Order: sequence, then structure tokens, then C-alpha cells
Amino acid sequence: MSAHLDIKLKKVTKTYCEGDDLTGVIVFDCKSESRHEGITLTVEGMVNMQLSSKNVGIFEAFYNSVKPVSLINYSVEIAKSGKLPIGKTEIAFELPLRVKNNKTLFQTYHGVFITIQYMLKCEVKRSMLNKDLQKVIEFIIENKPKDVIAIEPKPVNFVITPESLQNVKDKSKVPLFKVSGRLESTLCKLSDPLSGEICVEHCDAPIRSIELQLVRVETCGCAEGYARDATEIQNIQIGEGDVCRGVPIPIYMVFPRLFTCPTLITCNFKIEFEVNIVVIFEDNHLITENFPIKLIR
Amino acid sequence: MEWHPKHRPNTGRPPAAERAAVAQHPLVPLRVSCVPSIREKIVERNEKRVSTSWGGIDPLSAALKESAIIPHVDYSLSKPKPKLQGTGICNDYIEDDFEQWSAKKSHILSKYTTSERLSIRTSFLVGGHVSGPSSSSIRNLQNTSVAEKVKHRLEQLDDFEEGSVKEMLNLTQQDYVCRIEELNAALKESWEQDQRVKALKIVIQCAKLLADVSVVQFYPSKFVLITDILDNFGAFVYNRIHCKAESNSAIESAKETCRNWFYKVASIRELIPRLYVEAAILKTYGFIADEKNVKVENIRALKRLLKMTRGIGDPLVAMYARTYVCRVAIQIVPSEKSLFKQVLNDFFLTVKQFDSSLVRNLLSSQKVDYSTYLTLYTPTLDWILQCIVYKASDSLLHEILSDFDAKTAAGDETGVYALLLNSILTSFRPGFITKRAKRFVEMVKTIASSDQVDKTFPKYHLLKNLGSCFVSGETSWVDFDDQQKLILLNEVWKMIARLKASEYIVCADIWMDFVVAHFGIKEINTLLRDIVKHMQPDRAFEDHYNNIISIISKVVKFSTNDFYSFFSMESFIPFLDMLQKESVKVDACKIIVEFFVKNFNAGNEDDFKTTSDPVILNSMTYLCKTMHDSVNALTLEDEKRQISSLIIDFLRMVSFDRDFEAHLNFMVDSRANFSNLENVISYLVHSVNQLAMSTRSIVKGHHTKKTTAFVRTCLAYSFITVPSLDDVFLRLQLYLNCAQVALVNTCLPQTDAFLKAAIMLLPQVPQTIELADGKSKSTESFIVSYIANLLSFLIIVPDHPEQEPLYLFCGLLNVIEDYTFDIHSDAKVKIYLDALNYLSIISQECYPYHVDKVDSNDSLYGNDTQFMDKISQLSIHVMDKILSHLKMLGEENVNII
Repeated sequence: MSAHLDIKLKKVTKTYCEGDDLTGVIVFDCKSESRHEGITLTVEGMVNMQLSSKNVGIFEAFYNSVKPVSLINYSVEIAKSGKLPIGKTEIAFELPLRVKNNKTLFQTYHGVFITIQYMLKCEVKRSMLNKDLQKVIEFIIENKPKDVIAIEPKPVNFVITPESLQNVKDKSKVPLFKVSGRLESTLCKLSDPLSGEICVEHCDAPIRSIELQLVRVETCGCAEGYARDATEIQNIQIGEGDVCRGVPIPIYMVFPRLFTCPTLITCNFKIEFEVNIVVIFEDNHLITENFPIKLIR
Repeated sequence: MEWHPKHRPNTGRPPAAERAAVAQHPLVPLRVSCVPSIREKIVERNEKRVSTSWGGIDPLSAALKESAIIPHVDYSLSKPKPKLQGTGICNDYIEDDFEQWSAKKSHILSKYTTSERLSIRTSFLVGGHVSGPSSSSIRNLQNTSVAEKVKHRLEQLDDFEEGSVKEMLNLTQQDYVCRIEELNAALKESWEQDQRVKALKIVIQCAKLLADVSVVQFYPSKFVLITDILDNFGAFVYNRIHCKAESNSAIESAKETCRNWFYKVASIRELIPRLYVEAAILKTYGFIADEKNVKVENIRALKRLLKMTRGIGDPLVAMYARTYVCRVAIQIVPSEKSLFKQVLNDFFLTVKQFDSSLVRNLLSSQKVDYSTYLTLYTPTLDWILQCIVYKASDSLLHEILSDFDAKTAAGDETGVYALLLNSILTSFRPGFITKRAKRFVEMVKTIASSDQVDKTFPKYHLLKNLGSCFVSGETSWVDFDDQQKLILLNEVWKMIARLKASEYIVCADIWMDFVVAHFGIKEINTLLRDIVKHMQPDRAFEDHYNNIISIISKVVKFSTNDFYSFFSMESFIPFLDMLQKESVKVDACKIIVEFFVKNFNAGNEDDFKTTSDPVILNSMTYLCKTMHDSVNALTLEDEKRQISSLIIDFLRMVSFDRDFEAHLNFMVDSRANFSNLENVISYLVHSVNQLAMSTRSIVKGHHTKKTTAFVRTCLAYSFITVPSLDDVFLRLQLYLNCAQVALVNTCLPQTDAFLKAAIMLLPQVPQTIELADGKSKSTESFIVSYIANLLSFLIIVPDHPEQEPLYLFCGLLNVIEDYTFDIHSDAKVKIYLDALNYLSIISQECYPYHVDKVDSNDSLYGNDTQFMDKISQLSIHVMDKILSHLKMLGEENVNII
């Protein structure tokens, strides 16, 4: 006796927002009639946190992972024990995505130390001798953009010169340069790219590359203290080789899905983002300028 | 046995078929009046006119005409119009007159080559099969969550960036092309196997190769090869999504797939692969963009991509990246000129990068000089300008010109601007340029006068291309008066004259078209003299025969109006004399003679124009003689035939009107000049015969002393000319022909002499001749028919008074007897039967036909018994011969039984 189990969500994008109904079908494909002891569907939403070994000891990181925060968790029995006929059987379902007691459904985020994930699990219980069937799919929570409030862009102009560098010991070794630019806004909508311009006005040393680094800053706070970690999400090259002086080069980066979410600050964890503009010289020295950004949807 | 000819009363007129008057020539084709005449005109213009005496169409040229019409009709009926579906992109804007990239590819590939060693970095080629296991692991992942899958894929992307990449060094260009082909095949394979991540990886690696300028002179070709792969990839993605979006229900999923592609591409770390791959799949952007704003969105995306190219430091790589974006743009939004304009602006912005230390170091390490380096930009600039110029308004072009002027005014980087100007000249509509001829000449002058240009960009390219514009923009010249044109020409020629010989001649070649089209013989003469002056030192002309030939073929066109002034141009012969290699000179002569022959009669269709102008005759004779002298034992038959027919065509145009003697003299000279060409000689014989006949027709058959003498001279000419031919058959024919002419002109001794010569020649006819294809053919049929022809003429030839009767016929019989025929054929009997016919006729009282003023044997002998005896004696002899042959046949049969 064998049966194949699949969950198909109605929305191809698998993206929902709080208050939506999760609709879809469970598809059974049985080669022979099969008995079962009941079918349940479970919706589960969790914030998983992990302490990095950098901040706490290795063992602590291993054992003391912070207790996950449950955001939503409920199950529904779809069918009582019975039989599944031969062939395809589809069972439609509709589950509301609503939370009790003032909790909010944070938006899906896949990070290094913090993960916000939503699962839909279907379980078919079977008699003692048979293994239970299980199928888990992830669905994504993204809140609808609040387009009612027009967001005011917050542009930033910047100029990088040898004088503006902070951690240089021997200033005489630094080549003369002036890099100016502008970020259109540090308040970014996730659906829109990060944009701006950078211009190498003059520079004595040949440049190898100009890059744009997107960094996440994850903070896990708990009773034992908190851990703050900055890790790279992606690095995009915007200038290749010794770029032409005095020509504005566009800054443009699409925010990757899943790995970004609106900047989130809660009482026991924080997810924030930063952008680094990195100019790498031919001799592998590099200068960076850091910009904290706020992401919204 | 005896032979008695039947008496045939002469009815006075030879029997003939019934005759009826007709209104139309039977060969004139039926004309349907509703046929649009335009088409015929078009076709007729292209073909050489073959006029026939009866005003119809010669069947051969009619066949040609038909074949010319058919494709024309097909074209108008089924004009293929490929249309893009699905995305609502309508490519009507781009029509057939736009030179597509695919047309340029092969040219670039053949132009930019290298013998340097190349290297390739990839993980997908032989020895680099690291991706094998990872691709199988993807399959197992199908059940895992989206996030993991994405993570895994991203890991794979990272994977190839770090490890597993092998560098293949020391590849020859050929190897390199093969490797790229392999990559292309690998892409196709992995796409078909649903390994999209691998496909994407291959494409990214390919695009990465474009960042490498290590063998810079090969870069344009590399660009062509690699962008082919990118185009393929773009088509794959587009088709897949297009297929997915077929049904309405799946459109969401198609959109999602599409979005995924763009997200994936946007996360490619390096700039150049990201740029190229996004451009390659940009066509699919139409699926996810807001339907109303597809065009706007597309333009925005393209603009962004173009801006991104500013981040590329190497100017060559940047320009080619822009070219690729333009290639995509011309497919999606061809009418959006602002995009292409932006490219040009960016080009102006980054011009200083061309001469940066970066480039200098690169070039010195690869030992490439700067001017060669600059030519690497030509394909890109040409393409970009072509995109701008296509159907652009004049004001836009003006804008570009003003930008250009503003930039060049600064005076720096003229090499690069020269390059740009060159591309402008080749891409702008010639009409536009010619309308502003003065301005462009000024521009070229400014650029060319800078010292820097000599080192960086060969300025003769500018002059050359300006010339071709002036030539092809012909219609716009109507607005200029001659004075203006002359000023322009002088300006330009001043610059051309300063070039060195090898460049000079190229420009002169191009500009000659212009001069021929717009100026008179005086200017052409001056220019030719100038060219000779430039090309003489150090025998520079030796290396440029092609150009000189081409100049000749252009100058010749001018002569259409006035061959006299053409040939009397004083610097023409010195110009021709520069061609000191015989084969080249002959080619030149052929061109001129052919043109002369074709066009001399071009204007007047009805009567055949002839000339006796000494200048033309002398020059043409000189040219023909040059061609003739080139013929030697090694010359191919075809070549000989071609030269002969050209010379004959020329000779046909010569006529001295009533001055036959002068014409005969000319023929005498021609014989001396063209003695090696049998066809020409035989033509000469014919035309001298014709001369004799024309003389006769002028005196209406009553020859005076003077005309008789002249006719005899003609015949003498023929008589001594014919033996100089090698071809026995030709000689035989000519002898008979001449004999007939002689008889008609009552020159009896000459007739006898010709016939005697012909009969004496008969034994020399070989039994078989070898045909061109190596087979041998019997000459029997020729002999039989020739002798029949001869006999029918002999009927009316009177006997020589001092010789015995039928002296010629007896001679002929002897010849036939001695001639060895194939024993199994009945050719000999046929001839004897013809001989019997002859004998029967001459025994009649009155012969069936006569020649005016010539007494044939019937009136000479008046059935004299002696004559009749001779005839019957001969008849018996012939009969015997026939019977003995029959007997032999009978014996043979017995033997066989």
C-alpha cells in the first residue's frame, strides 16, 4: 500500500498576509485503497533564534539556543479515520490566518541567527504498522504595502576622502581620492531597489572594483543578555576596473526575497539592515562607507 | 551499266512551297495589353538589349526575362513579416532595410582575428565536469522546502565562483571558438534536461569572459561568439515563459517564474555578467510589467542597464556592453531614440578613458598600437549609430552633429572623434550628409588637420567614407550648382593629395565615382593626371592594380555620353600605361571594350550606330590589340572566345560609310593586329566579303572597272587570309562562301581558285574530331552535307576555258575516291548519289537556277555531245562505284549468314 501526498496552495506565489485565508487542496494519490486513522492540517509560525558562537561560547551556542517564539499554531482535523479510495483524492481546505491575544504575524525572513518561518503541515495518521504520512510546505507571510501613507524618501549625500576615514593609522599611505555620491533614500521599500549614484571625482590609485554590500544586523536578546551579529546578505559589484573619473555610476540593488524583511524591532529580537559602499583599490586596500537603512514594505 | 538522266523541262521557277502574305512575324509573342508595363521596364533596364531584325524578342533573352520576373512577383506576394507575439511587442518599426546584427556577425568574425594564445575560465568543459554530482542532487531536493531549495541554488551559484573553475590556457583562436561552441551546446543540453541553474551558470561564466581583454584584438569576435550564447539563453527563457503563459490559469505561475529569473539575475555578484544576463532576458520583462506601461517599463530598465555600463572601467568592454544593450533595445523598443542618444552621451562622457594609462598599459603589454586598438570600436559605433539613425528625424541627427562639434572643438582625443566621425559617415543617411556636404567637409578637415590623428586614426578612412556618402547620396545633389561642387571637390582633393600613395589611391578610387557623376571630361582628365603623378614614384602603382582597374571601370562610365572626348583625353593612355602587368592590363582593356561595345549603341535602338572616327578607332584598336596580344598557347578557350567576341563586336561598329577602300584598309590592319584569333579572322573574311557584296549592290550589279578592281582586291584579301586559319572546317566554309561571292561578282578565275582550294583541302578533313568532353565525333555528316552544298553550287559554275570539261567535278571525284571513309558507313554512297544528282542536272538543257550575268555550262556548251558524253561517262563511273559498294554489302551479308 502506497500513497502519495501533496499540498497545493491556491496562490502560486504562496504569499499571504495576516488575515488572509490559506486556501488550497490536499492531493492524495493512492495506488490501492488505504486505511488511515485521521488527517490533520497544522499551521505553524515560529521565530527561531540561535546565538552565534562569536558572542557566547561554542557550547552555549549549541545548547542555549534561545527559545523559539511561536507566532501561530493550530491544527484542524480534516478527516476522521476512514479509507482513501484508489486514485486521486482532493480535499479542499481553507484556513484563516488570524492570531489571538495581540500577537502579530511577523513577515517571513530567512537569516543566519534569526528565522521567521511559516509552515503548513499535513499529517495522515495510520495504523501501528504503517508509518504516518507527512507533508510540509512553507508559505510566506508578507504584509500588504501600506500605500496609503506616502513615504517620504530620506536621501543621503556622502563624500569620502582620506580625511573622512576613521581607522587609518598612517594617513600618508592613503592615496588621494574623493568619492562623492548620494543614496536616494535610506528608507527603502522592499519592492523597490536601492538606488543612488556614486562618482569617483578623482583618485590617484587605480581602482579594481566598487561594490555594494547588503548587511543584516540580527540582535537576539534574552534574559542572559543579548547578541548582535552583522552578516553579509549579498554583495553586488557596481564598478568594474578603473572606472572613468567624474562620471556618476548608478547604485542599484534589488533586495533579495526571503533574506530581507521590513526592519523589525521587538522586545526579544531585532532585525536591521545596513548597506556598505566598498571601493577596492588595485592593491587590495579598500575603503567602506556604512549606511544603516530602514526597510519597509 | 549506263545512266540516263531524265529530261526535266525547266519550268522557269524552282518548285517552292505555297506562299501567303502575313501581317505579323510568326515569332513575335502574343502581347497581352493589360500586363503592367512597369515591371517590364524594371527588368529591361537590367538586361542587355538584344534586338532582333523582326522587332520581336529573342527567345533566349525572353527566357531570361521570365526568370527575372518570377522572383519579383513572388516577393511582392508573400513578403515575410515575422511578428512577435505574446508580449505585444510589435516590430513593425524595423523593416527589411535595417541591417540586422546577424548580418554583421560574419564580417566581424573574419575581421578581428588573432594568432595570440587565448585562455578560457569555466567549469563546464572537458575536464571540468565538477558539476555532475551537484546537478543530480538537485533532483533529490524537489521535496524539500522552497527556502532550502533557493539556498541550495544560491550555494551552487557561489560554488562555481570559488572552486571547480578551471582555466584553459594556451588556446589557439580556433580552439577557443570550438570551446565556445561546446559551451553553447552544453547550455542547450542542460536547458533541455531542465537543469536551469546549470544553464544559468554557463551563461554567467560566458558573460564573465567578456570582462577579459587579455587578447584585445580578438575582443570583437569574442563578443560576437559569446553574445550568441546569451541570445540563445534569452530565447530559451522567453520561450519557456511564453509556453507557460499560454493558458490564462497558468499566467500567474508564469509571472512568478519570470520574477524568479529576475531576482536570480539581480543577485549575480559581478557587474558584467549581471548586466549581460539581465539584458539577455529583458525581453521577458514584458510578462511581469504592468500591462499598460510595458513600454515605459522596458525603456526604464534599458536606461538603467545603459547607465550601469558606466561602471565598467575598460572603455572597450563598456562600449561593447552598451552595444549589447542596444541590440536588445532595438528588438524591444526600436523607436526609442533617447536610449541610443544616451549611449552616445555616455560615449562622450567616457572619451577620456580611451587614452588613459589603463589602456596604454594594456596596449603596450600586448604590443598593439593605438590605431589598431581604435578600429576595434568600429563595429560598436557603427551599430549604435545605425540604431540611432534608422528612421530618425533630421533634427535628432542635427543634435548629434552639434554635440559632436562641441566636443571636437576642445581639441583633445581627436583620434577617438575621428573614429566617431568615421562611423557617423558610414551610418548616416547619405542624403542627409550630402545636403550638408559643406559642413561635413569642414568637419573632416578639422579632424584631419590635427596632428594627433595621424598616429591614432588613419584619416584616409574619413575621406574614403565621405566619398562613398557623396556617391550614394546622389539625388540630393540637385540642390548644388556646379561651382559649389567644384569647391567641395577641391577642398577634399587637397586633403587626399597629401596622403601617401597607398591611401591616396583608395580615396581616389572612391571619389572617382563622384567626379564621373557630377563633373566633365576636363576634371576627370585632371584627376587622372594627378593620379598618375602620385602613383608613378617608386612604382607605387604596382601594389594597387585593383584600385586602378576600378577607377578605369568608373571613368569608362562617363564615356557613355561622348566616346570621342573620352578617348581623346590626354591622360588616359598614360593612366592605362601604369598597368604594367599584362593580365591586369588586359582586364582593364576588357572592361573598356566591353563597355564601349555595350553602350555605343545604347541611345538609339533602331539603327545600328557605327563609327569611323580615327580617335576612337585608334584607341579601340590599341585596346583590342592589347587583349589580343595576351593570347598565347596557354590561354583558355573561354578566354579566347571572350576576347574574340569583344573584338568582333568592336569591329562590327566600324564603318566608313561609302569609303569602302578605307574600310578595307582598316580590315587589312585588323588582320595584322588580330592574327591569332581565328574567330576574328573569319569575321574579317566575312565582312570583307560583305564589302564586296555592298559594292555590288551600290553599282546594282553593273561593275565598273574601278569597282571590279576593288571587288577583286577584296577577294584577294580573303584568298590570302583564309589559309592562315587552322580550322579546316572553317576554311572549307569560307572558301565556298568566297567562291559564291566571287561568282556573283563575276570574278570567274577567283571562283575557280577558291573552289580548287576547297577541293584540295578536303582530304585534310580528319575522320573524327575530338569534342570538348573528350568524345570523338565522326565528321562524315559534315563532309556529306558540305559536298552536297558544293555540288549544288558547282552546277552554276562555268567551266574553265582552258581546262577539260567538268574539271572541278572530276577533281572532286578523285578526292572522294581517295578519301578513306569508314567501310561500314554509307557516307561515300550518299556522296555518289549526290554526284549523280549533280550530273543529272547539268545534263539538262537549262539549269534550274543561274547567277545574273554569268553564263553557266548550259549556255556555254548548249548540250554539246562531247559534253554530254563526258557526263554519261562520269555517270557510269559513279554508278559503278555505287554498285560495287552494294555488292560489297551483299558479300558481307553472305559472310554473316
